[in-house]
Amino acid sequence: MTSDHATSMTGDHAVDIDRHVRVYITVFVALMVLTIVTVAVSRFHLPVPIAVTVALLVAIIKGSLVACYFMHLISEKKLIYAVLALTAVFFVALLALPIFTVSDGYWIH
Amino acid sequence: MDIPYTVEVRRDTGLTNGKIGIWLFLASEVMLFGALFASYILIRTGAPSWPRGDTILDVPLATFNTIVLISSSVTMVMAWASLMRRRFGTYRIYMGATILLGLVFLVVKYFEYGHHLRLGEFPSSNNFLAIYFTLTGLHMLHVFGGMVVNAYFWGPGAKLWKTNPVWFTNRVEHSGLFWHFVDLVWIFLFPTLYLL
Repeated sequence: MTSDHATSMTGDHAVDIDRHVRVYITVFVALMVLTIVTVAVSRFHLPVPIAVTVALLVAIIKGSLVACYFMHLISEKKLIYAVLALTAVFFVALLALPIFTVSDGYWIH
Repeated sequence: MDIPYTVEVRRDTGLTNGKIGIWLFLASEVMLFGALFASYILIRTGAPSWPRGDTILDVPLATFNTIVLISSSVTMVMAWASLMRRRFGTYRIYMGATILLGLVFLVVKYFEYGHHLRLGEFPSSNNFLAIYFTLTGLHMLHVFGGMVVNAYFWGPGAKLWKTNPVWFTNRVEHSGLFWHFVDLVWIFLFPTLYLL
């Protein structure tokens, strides 16, 4: 599924691709079901912390499916994982910044 | 002089340069949207009250758009799979469907935006609408950008298939990675803005 595949488009890979196409269809159905779940859960008007947790959990599952199968991250090279790991560290730090701004100086005393 | 490592992989990285390039670009995109999500958290947690998205925004339309964008991700990956199977005609159909679905997404957003603007709901009206228009506006620009690139590979850029099919397949894979990223961002935007 990586660019290695693209470098040699032979008959063996055609079988591989057929297998992957079936996976794409399965992932598509899963994404549709999870979209319905997201909307259905929101109708229950759960308390905000629970609603946020459920919505983000479903979004993370959906995002992981897209990244792993459509973006082929499940079978990528180490360098790509390294780039994404570094990105994840900075991304989490970025999202954590608001916590420091509302902590009323707790972290620096 | 030919561009190096467009088809063959580098020994040190095990990847083509284009693949590394698109992933580095996507990493920068994660930080761009991450900054806006951090802003959203900051504004929301700092507000004395915050409206539920479904009291202001059209959830059925956004759900429809979610289905459209997810479908376009499938057609995109099927376009690439068609090239791997050396079926150029099928590739054209799937890539065309991807572009059309992107267009449907933008048309729906046009009606959604038009509805808000007619009601006098502007980005300057309140913080919720400010972050809504900023996040969805930036996302729409990405959808449009992806459509332009995909249209190029559907039309004039497809000439490369005749002379260098492997390079063309790699290029379509890279534009697909961007398109899936745009889908991924929407997967998080949809519940954050519309449902919570």
